[in-house]
This record gives sequence, C-alpha cells and structure tokens, in this order.
Amino acid sequence: MKTQSRQRFASITGVALVGVLALSACGSDNNAAAPGNGAANAADCPTGTLNGEGSSAQKNAIEQAISDFQATCSGATINYNPTGSGAGIKQFIAGQVNFAGSDSALKDVAKAGSPSIEQADADKTCGSPAWNLPMVTGPIAVAYNVKGVDKLIMTPSVTAKIFNGVITTWNDPAIAAINPGATLPAEAIKVFFRSDESGTTENFTKYLHAAAAADWAADPAKKWSGKGEGKEKSAGVANAVKSTEGGITYAEWSYAKDNKLGIAQIDNGAGPVELTGEAVGKAVAVATQSGTGNNIKLQLDYATKEAGAYPILLVTYEIVCSKAKDPAKATLVKAFLKSFAAADEQAKLQAIGYAPLPSAVQTKVASAIEALS
Amino acid sequence: MTDRVPAGTGRLGDRIFGGTAKGAGLLVIAIVTLIAGFLVSQALPALAKDKANFLTSTQWNVDGTPLQFGIANLLWVTVLSSVIAMLIAVPFGVGVALFITQYAPAWLSRTAATLVDLLAAVPSIVYGLWGLQVFGPHMSGIQDFLVTYLGWFPLFSRSGIGAASTILTVGVVLSIMVLPIITALSREVFAQTPVANKDAALALGATRWEMIRTAVLPFGKPGVISASMLGLGRALGETVAVMIILSALADGTAWSWSVFHGGETFASKIANNAAEFDSPQKAGAFLAAGLVLFLLTFVVNSIARIVINRSKAFSE
Repeated sequence: MKTQSRQRFASITGVALVGVLALSACGSDNNAAAPGNGAANAADCPTGTLNGEGSSAQKNAIEQAISDFQATCSGATINYNPTGSGAGIKQFIAGQVNFAGSDSALKDVAKAGSPSIEQADADKTCGSPAWNLPMVTGPIAVAYNVKGVDKLIMTPSVTAKIFNGVITTWNDPAIAAINPGATLPAEAIKVFFRSDESGTTENFTKYLHAAAAADWAADPAKKWSGKGEGKEKSAGVANAVKSTEGGITYAEWSYAKDNKLGIAQIDNGAGPVELTGEAVGKAVAVATQSGTGNNIKLQLDYATKEAGAYPILLVTYEIVCSKAKDPAKATLVKAFLKSFAAADEQAKLQAIGYAPLPSAVQTKVASAIEALS
Repeated sequence: MTDRVPAGTGRLGDRIFGGTAKGAGLLVIAIVTLIAGFLVSQALPALAKDKANFLTSTQWNVDGTPLQFGIANLLWVTVLSSVIAMLIAVPFGVGVALFITQYAPAWLSRTAATLVDLLAAVPSIVYGLWGLQVFGPHMSGIQDFLVTYLGWFPLFSRSGIGAASTILTVGVVLSIMVLPIITALSREVFAQTPVANKDAALALGATRWEMIRTAVLPFGKPGVISASMLGLGRALGETVAVMIILSALADGTAWSWSVFHGGETFASKIANNAAEFDSPQKAGAFLAAGLVLFLLTFVVNSIARIVINRSKAFSE
C-alpha cells in the first residue's frame, strides 16, 4: 500500500508538471488527443470499465494512452494498476483483471519451484488462448554521472565488467580505449542497481548475458546478480546516480532523461549507437517471433550487430484473452488496444521516453487486435 | 439519578459492557493468533525446502531450486538500525519530556508538546525522502571522521556505500520517527509524579535536577520503558523510510559489521519485493522472514513487560 502511495505521489508531481507544460504551450491534453481519434464512432467507443494490472515499466505509456482514449470515449473507464509484471500476471490468471501488462511474455515452461505454466494457466482462465501483444518498447539507458564526460561509448564487454565490479575506476584503460578523446577522471565507479525484482534488471542482464557472455556468467533474472548498491525502483537508481559523482546505473530511458543523466552510446560491434526511438525500432524489427499466430512473443536479439540498432531494451506486452467471456469487455478491450497501438498514439510515446513499435510489428499487432473477440 | 438506579438495570448494563469489553479483548488475541497462524502456515513449506541455514545464512535465492535463504543479514541490519535509533531517541525523548513537564513554563510546554506530537503525523515516506535527499548527505562528515579515526573498530569500518544510504543514517532518521512516541508517553507519566514526592525532595534541599533524579525518574521508569518498547516496535517494523534510504547489497557482498554498510531490514525487504511474489515458495520465504520479525517484536515486548513488572515491584 505504501509503495503505491509513493507511486501516486510521483504521478501527482508528474501531472503537475504536465499541467505546467500544457499551460505554457497554450494547449491542453484533450486538444492534443482529439485529432488522433477523429474517426471514432459509436462502434470504436464502447462504454464500460476495464481493469488492468502489471508492469510498472509501461506505466507512463499506458497512462497516456488511457487519458487519450478516455478523452475520445467519455463513456469508458480504464484503470491500470502498476504493481509489477509478476503481480499483473497473477491477477490475470486469477481472473481479477481484464488485461495484464508484463515486461515479458507468458512463459511456456514451468518456472523452477512452481508446478504451473503461465501460458497454460492463462489459457485456462480465459477459456481461449491468451495472447501476448507487444505494445510498448522501453529502451534501457546506461545512465552515468561523470563530470566533464558528455559522450561515453560502451561495448557489451566493458559494460558487463563495470556492472560486475571488474572495472572499478573511470580512467580504466578498457574504458579509455573505446573512448578516445574523452577525459576520464581517476574516480571510483559507483554502480547502482534495482533492489526490487524488476523486468528492467532481467532485460538488462539478458543483454549482458547475450552480448558479453564471457564477462557476464550469471543467468538473467529479475534479481540483480552483479555488484553495487541497491536502490528501490527506477526513481531510486536514477536519483542515486544524479546525486553521486561517478555513479552509473541502468534505467528506463525516461528516468535517465528526466534526471538529465549522461546516456552511454552502445557499440555492439557495428559502431556506437545513440539511444533514439528510431535506433530502438531497428532492434525490435530484427527480433524473431516465437509465439504462434496472433500470440506475438518477440525474441529479441540482444547481441545484434545490425547497424544503427540500439540493443538494450524491453518490450512490454498487454496480455488479453483472445475470446473474452464477457462480450462487452471484449469490445472495450479491442477498442482500447486499437487506439493504443495506433501509429499516432505510438509516435506520441517517444516524448515520454518510450520508443514506437516498428511498422512491421505494428501491422502484426493491429491484425491481432482485429482478431480479438 | 446516579445514586438511585435500580440494581436490575445496572446489571444488564454491566453485562453488556462486560461482554463487549471481553469480546474486544478476545478479538485482539484472536487476530494476533490468526496472523501468527497465517505466517507459520505460509512459511513452513518454504522453510522445509530451505537448503541453507535459515538463521545463519546470508544468501537469498528464492527464485529457483535449490531454495537457499537465510536471515542473518536482515536480522543484523534490523537490530542494528533499531538499536542506533533507540540509543539516540530514548535519552533525547526523555529529556524533551522532562523539559516539557518540569522545566518549561506552561505556555511553552503546551506548544512544545504539540510540535513534538506533530512529528508523529509526518508520513514515513516523507521521512524517507527527506532522509535520503536532505539529511543523508550531511552524514558524510560524521562518517569520514569515524572511519578515519575509529576505522579499526569493526562497527566503524569503511564500506563503499554512499553516506546518505547507510545503516547509521537510517538509524538516525528512525530515531526522529520514534521520538514523538517516546516523548508523548514519557511526558504523560512524568506529569503524574505525585506532587508530595516532588515537594518532599525539594523540602530536603534537593536541586531541581536532584528532585527529578530522586522523584520523577524512578516514578516514571516503567512508563519510559513501555514508551521505549513501543518506539522500538515502530523502529523494527518501519518499512518505507528504510526502503528509500538504505542501499541494498548485491548477492555475495562480503559480510561487514559496519554501521556504514548497506543492507535491508525484514520489513523493507518484504515490501520491496512484494510485487513479485509469483510462487508460493517465494512468498513463503519472505513470510518466514516476516515471522522472525513478528517473533522478535514479541520477544522484545515480553522482556519489556518483565522489566516493567520488576521495577513496579521496587517502586511500590
């Protein structure tokens, strides 16, 4: 409960900020939202209430999508409770929510220590296959705070060595070698990690494990397996880096941007890539699909050497029943996801630190949403 | 009216009141028992599968098999931060209470009492953010001093944790959080000191401090102890503020006795991970830690009760 109130505090400040921005731009959220859904008619705008729960990584994106959707469809109410991917999936399987948000698709194999298989359990609750629909891509920034270093290039191997404590000072020859021309201070590197179990940690360690297997032996997990100081949630790590000279962490792009932290360029082998929405889209575009049909589970290639692709990212899914038991909820889910996946809504997300889905994936998701019933 | 109430109606009222009071008492006992039962029933299956020593291990691997978890770190950090809090808050709280009841003029004592009580109304999340961002950075001076001159002593040995996020910082913030509890209760007790005792002390030529030492403090001792125990309970169980301030440690970090180290307390660890309790064994492992906190608080309170009864026996 207390954690929630913290999040609420954060979102209130967020709302206040947005309000100030909106005023200074002489416009309002509603005005901005309306043209995007101009074609809305009664069929696209069902009434009713939807409840969703899950990933906090997509919190800002889905809140934006909800407020835009509700601005167009005043009869619809959508609640999203960002309690974490695990909690969201649990609630979805228990039939408590209409959709779940998750940083990883439903698993097809049983987790160690637990007899149940997520995908099978969700299918059973739905009475029909549960689909994973990728909706938001959240790049993970390697964010740092080093005085006088505006541009930092990192390779997977150096990143792994920093985060597992092998490289401990900023002027280490390994860092200097890939950053010619940068003046690196002789100060200690202070690594911060997420002390709560998080999809961000899982995806970041997936990247390290895939792209720098020799330097990062630990299996990817929601729990941190490197070194450093643990801070609570994205806000905690971003704040810690901001107030600590020599600090480095991994965090969602928006947190790195909001705190004005340095963001490292990642060099997977095809040259340094700056973190941009476009660069992230390229990495998602080369992902393979592991689900069948409309169950779109993406298999990201973290070690990708695709030129200009930013490889450290997480994809958050909306998990829904392909055939909802309640037809009224089904139409509402369909209408909401349609507006969420629409190209103009996706484009908007970049301003708040997410990357839009590349058009190939967008098309697939759109046809899956059409097939919901 | 009051004197001539027929005995019959009085008995009915007696029965209703007595029954309600008894019911309330039993309800509290039932709730505590049920909570204990819940904790035990959830924790036992996980404890049975635990491959590490639950009491002495510092590992916490609850995701896969084999299950390995122990509470040594949690217990140490919880106890250490609470002890630091009590070391600061008890003398300080008693001092504030003495000032309010014995030294301050009436107008000031009312204002001061209200202000101290206000501290209790500050939400713990505010203490957390304040501790981390405003107060914490100021701890670096004390930390540097202690590490430089007393670093040979294990409690003050050097660690890599930022000064704003150490166990010591948490302890100091916790002391501020429990201060109003200790002050408010001590104040009530000190104010009850029989005037005859105080006058007798003063008449024998005692200074005000001697009067306090011989009359007020002995009389108030049981009250101060129960106040401290209530405060300790709050410090042991404090969640959000600890979670925000204290830096957690990565797995495999070497054990350190230092107050400048990081870590997690029982409550902060459970709260920080509650969103990801995705299997019963994992939830069980965390609830086992919760059970230890429950027992710890229970033991501390029982000891306090014994101490209070003893000192009552002496002072009466």
